[in-house]
Amino acid sequence: MGHRDEAGSLISAQEDPMLALRHDPDTCKECPSPRCLLDCQYMDMKEEDAREEILRLTRGEDSRVLEECMTCYGCEEYCPYGNHPFFLICEMREKKGMYVAPRPITNQWINMTQMQGKALVGTVKDVALSSCLLPSLGTMASGEIFAGLSSSIVFGAEFMCPAVHTHFAKMSVVKERLPIVLGNFQKLGVRELICLHDECYGTFTSLARAYGMEVPFEPVYYMDFLLRRLEELQEKLRPLEVEVVYQRPCSNRWIPQKHAVVKRLFDILGARLLERTYQDENSLCCGGILRLIGGYRLSDDVQRRNIEDMARTGAEYCVFDCPACQETLGPKVAKAGLKPIHMIDLCKMALGEIPKGEV
Amino acid sequence: MGDILDSLREIVGERWVSNRPEELWYYSRDPGVLEPHRPDYVVAPQTPEQIQRIVQLAARERVPVVPMGNAMALTGLVIPLRGGVVVDMKRMNRILEVNERARYAVVEGGTSQGVLKAHLQEHYPHLRHSLPDAPAGTTIAANVALHGQGRLTQQYGFNSEMVCGLEVVLPTGEICRVGSPSLGPHWFSRGPALPDLSGLFLGWLGTTGIITKVGLRLYPNKRFREVEIFVTDIPELVPEVIYRLTHLEMLEDITVWFQPKPLMFKDNYHVTIYFTGDSEEEIEFKRKMVWDALQEFMDSKDGGFMGVDPLKPRMLEMPQRSVAEFADVPRGGGFEYSGPITLVEHFPIYAQKLVELAGKYDLLYAGTARVISGGHAMMFAISFAFNRADRAMMERVKSAMDEATEFALQMGSIPWKPNFMEQRMILQKIDPVTRELIQRVRKLLDPNGIMNPGNWEVD
Amino acid sequence: MEYVRSIEHKDVVHRCFRCGYCKFPSDYLDFNCPSYKVFGWDTYSPAGRLWLIRAWLSGEIETSDRFAEILYSCSACGSCEENCPFPRFSNSLLKVFEEVKTELVNHGRIPPTVRDYFKAISTSGNPYKLPREDRAKWAEGTGLERYSGQEFLLYAGCVASFDEVGQRMAGSVGKLLSAAGISVGILAEAEPCDGSEVKALGEAELFRQLAQENIEDFKRRGIKRIIAMDPHAYDAFKNHYPELGGSFQVFHYTEILARLVKEGRIRPRRLDARVTYHDPCYLGRHNKIYEAPRRTLRAIEGLELVEMRRHRENSFCCGGGGGNFFTDILGKGEQRPGNIRIREAFATGASILAVACPICAKMLKDASKDEEGLGKLEILDVAETVARAL
Repeated sequence: MGHRDEAGSLISAQEDPMLALRHDPDTCKECPSPRCLLDCQYMDMKEEDAREEILRLTRGEDSRVLEECMTCYGCEEYCPYGNHPFFLICEMREKKGMYVAPRPITNQWINMTQMQGKALVGTVKDVALSSCLLPSLGTMASGEIFAGLSSSIVFGAEFMCPAVHTHFAKMSVVKERLPIVLGNFQKLGVRELICLHDECYGTFTSLARAYGMEVPFEPVYYMDFLLRRLEELQEKLRPLEVEVVYQRPCSNRWIPQKHAVVKRLFDILGARLLERTYQDENSLCCGGILRLIGGYRLSDDVQRRNIEDMARTGAEYCVFDCPACQETLGPKVAKAGLKPIHMIDLCKMALGEIPKGEV
Repeated sequence: MGDILDSLREIVGERWVSNRPEELWYYSRDPGVLEPHRPDYVVAPQTPEQIQRIVQLAARERVPVVPMGNAMALTGLVIPLRGGVVVDMKRMNRILEVNERARYAVVEGGTSQGVLKAHLQEHYPHLRHSLPDAPAGTTIAANVALHGQGRLTQQYGFNSEMVCGLEVVLPTGEICRVGSPSLGPHWFSRGPALPDLSGLFLGWLGTTGIITKVGLRLYPNKRFREVEIFVTDIPELVPEVIYRLTHLEMLEDITVWFQPKPLMFKDNYHVTIYFTGDSEEEIEFKRKMVWDALQEFMDSKDGGFMGVDPLKPRMLEMPQRSVAEFADVPRGGGFEYSGPITLVEHFPIYAQKLVELAGKYDLLYAGTARVISGGHAMMFAISFAFNRADRAMMERVKSAMDEATEFALQMGSIPWKPNFMEQRMILQKIDPVTRELIQRVRKLLDPNGIMNPGNWEVD
Repeated sequence: MEYVRSIEHKDVVHRCFRCGYCKFPSDYLDFNCPSYKVFGWDTYSPAGRLWLIRAWLSGEIETSDRFAEILYSCSACGSCEENCPFPRFSNSLLKVFEEVKTELVNHGRIPPTVRDYFKAISTSGNPYKLPREDRAKWAEGTGLERYSGQEFLLYAGCVASFDEVGQRMAGSVGKLLSAAGISVGILAEAEPCDGSEVKALGEAELFRQLAQENIEDFKRRGIKRIIAMDPHAYDAFKNHYPELGGSFQVFHYTEILARLVKEGRIRPRRLDARVTYHDPCYLGRHNKIYEAPRRTLRAIEGLELVEMRRHRENSFCCGGGGGNFFTDILGKGEQRPGNIRIREAFATGASILAVACPICAKMLKDASKDEEGLGKLEILDVAETVARAL
């Protein structure tokens, strides 16, 4: 898999011109105010410095950004021009042979997500549900909402969006695996893929586009699917009348246009989304992978601030969108007196499939 | 021989002696790779007095006696090399006493690890003992008799160092108390401040007597138990990592493991760090001390802490049942390991040797090391899985184990729970004066040469 | 060696590591394997059995009375399967033992009590060699009618039909269900033996014959849903009849009771008693039904439900399974499993030991007579306990 140069040698995914990042350096040069760096939650910078640093990045020079970026994906959202500053940081780090997380951890994740021919494919015709490499997604995709679809699950490294490796400055791994994953979907004849995870949807839309990769199916964001199904199941819906807070996952930053669907879902579910400090563009990372990259002090601080913020609202539920966030933060939010629940389960609760109050 | 059968029946009762083919077949072997040898009888006594009479009979008739726990040492120490009487100790399964304030328990010679754990959990939840990862059916007496290790070995040394008194049936048939129980009813010391006679029975692999009671130190059991796993891909760093961690003096167990499969563990060395506490504050404080101690390696990107949440339930289980699971990896029900005791600084050399042996003999391997008493030494386990239905594979494992032992001796390490061939290799290499002393002690205690013969012998 | 020995699951046999986890419950409190507990030799533990089977399959050991005794001392309680740390074959252990017993049956090398059992079933349709006409005696006074197309068939089984303790239990179950007004009928004298113990004892051919006859008979009568009193029968109907062509919806009576109590069709009032519940192996470990009986007991006001130390998946077998109720091979051991279990029940301070299986009921009742010195403990099945509260 991969392209060859004129001499016939394999070009590494890193250097493959077919998979070059569609980044426009001129856009950065003309950018009036580098929100990507100024809004960053982990770096403190003055405007002049920010301008200087972003230019250094586009020129491939050393920059403090390469040391200090915590891979929260925020800048992908902050940049008003869609110029993919985070992907650029990722590429630059790898070019310079830099590690973000320690090298053995980086390699562990690469090995852990290696394709081994152990994928599970259900009965897939032209619509499939992607459980990525997160088994809990597949388990949740049951009940009325997924009626007729829950057996069309695909699960396994062969179908996993490799985006997670951007946390580890291994865009080359992404570029190597993603075409294979896309090819696997094509082989199955998938026309429409309901992505149960933001990262999958973000990979097949934003990232694929950023690298000029053709996606042979229509990615559907699962929350759009939930909205449609809840509208179809209106009669069975009993508004929950609960107060919730929401944990926005990092990968939603690649598809910020989809963040608005969350509010619409809460409205139809009868869940009142309580305002708090760390929401929308100001959302905080769950701290899971952050711990591997930035250490326990940073991760504990981020988690503490986030949870205190949630607890202050007095909400009953903390709604999650990402199973990894839920695994990391779930027990801690429970200790703080909130009930952790995934958005899909909240929908099931409104349909009476899960007893209210049960977690 | 018929007389011996009658005598044994008279001692333990007819139902507790067997010379039936079924028992003889089963008790002639262990789950390791060594050849079986048939006993003449198997007995399951219930009291030290019964054992005493069995030994006296054996001494009279010059019949070998081989005591046995659960046969999980895997190095054939319970295989009756010269036939004779196998003594299955497991009927003597009681807990005789727990002294809460002095923190010790007195158990019988066949009491299993699991039963002590369950008893403490139920009645003394703030006390624990150094539980090994061997299956729960293994016995405490066997474990200490072969210098086994457990969860508290990093803090307090070999499990044998936690013995605080013994009762032993000598090969000449006397019942002997060792340590403070020889002077009174308390079991707080296995030797000091008397001449330490426990050294005559610990590590002798059943050749100097049969242990019928063990006094075992217990330790505080905290409310919380946590684990972190530090990962590096440079084996040379492991000794330094261990040095810094042990300097903290606040950890429970430290083990290091590496194996090629599952893929997520490939090419990495995992340092599993256990720590306990009675409050969240204590736990978080210890966690931070652990992270800070290794910060330098994280800064250089050479090592880091991995996400443990998915692995936690397995890692925190005691005993860890997943240790036994390695046996079924080649779908064949067996594994064998050699676990020499050596300096921590030898870790990278041993790691390299293990991979080399696995390659040479085409075997599935796992490497584990456990830190002993704060880093004074470590046990490095060279482990190979085998399929019991594949004789050729079993032979390769045997050869690999032999080579591993040779290597260990070259390194000046001590092979742990050596099989009889490894014992010979040790006796050949050992200082001749030491060897002489070992033989003298054996002759003194077992003049009739009946106790587990074939072990700790030169010829 | 007379012939080539082989069993279907022979590829599993050599994978046993002899680690001994099979002997224990999950908290290692005490040995949980009844045959190991009472006989004390490793050969009578599941690992011992597997290793001996390996030796036997390869001809290293011969078929003998002791080998047969070792095989038949297993009460099929399933604790070994529950605790074996090798998930890839841990649920085949009992199948292996059964297959070896079938080989022994086929070559006539079985203990005499086993042989007697088969003979009785073949000739009288029950192990007691009692007349079939007496089979419905337990139903007198219950208000139950013969099956003629009702929604449920209530199936009693041989022990509940003929054993005194079993009959009492069957009577109380029958009375409760009948009074609750559910549509249920019994086969009475025409009730056949379900064959579960025949199968457990290795007479695969006789079991197949019995099952197929029963399936045809049930189908002919239009039976679709069966309530079994005996968890062994429940297990046979639910798990082994389907592959022989008999798909019925099968319930254990405690499941139906729980539902009736929840729906208010049976309204237990009050019973001031401390009660402990013994999980039958074939209801609990084999079929994962732990909650239904407990829900029913908890619904009774004033009833304090306490658990024995070994409960649910860790329940210690009464010693009646694997045909031992009839062959009494475990009775040759030093302690009987039933006595050990009764002592555990006494330790809870309960005045009632609730059971859900006629075999357990009888085994524990007998054992309680031996342990009378320990206090007062009544053995009642769940239905009898509920009846006390009405």
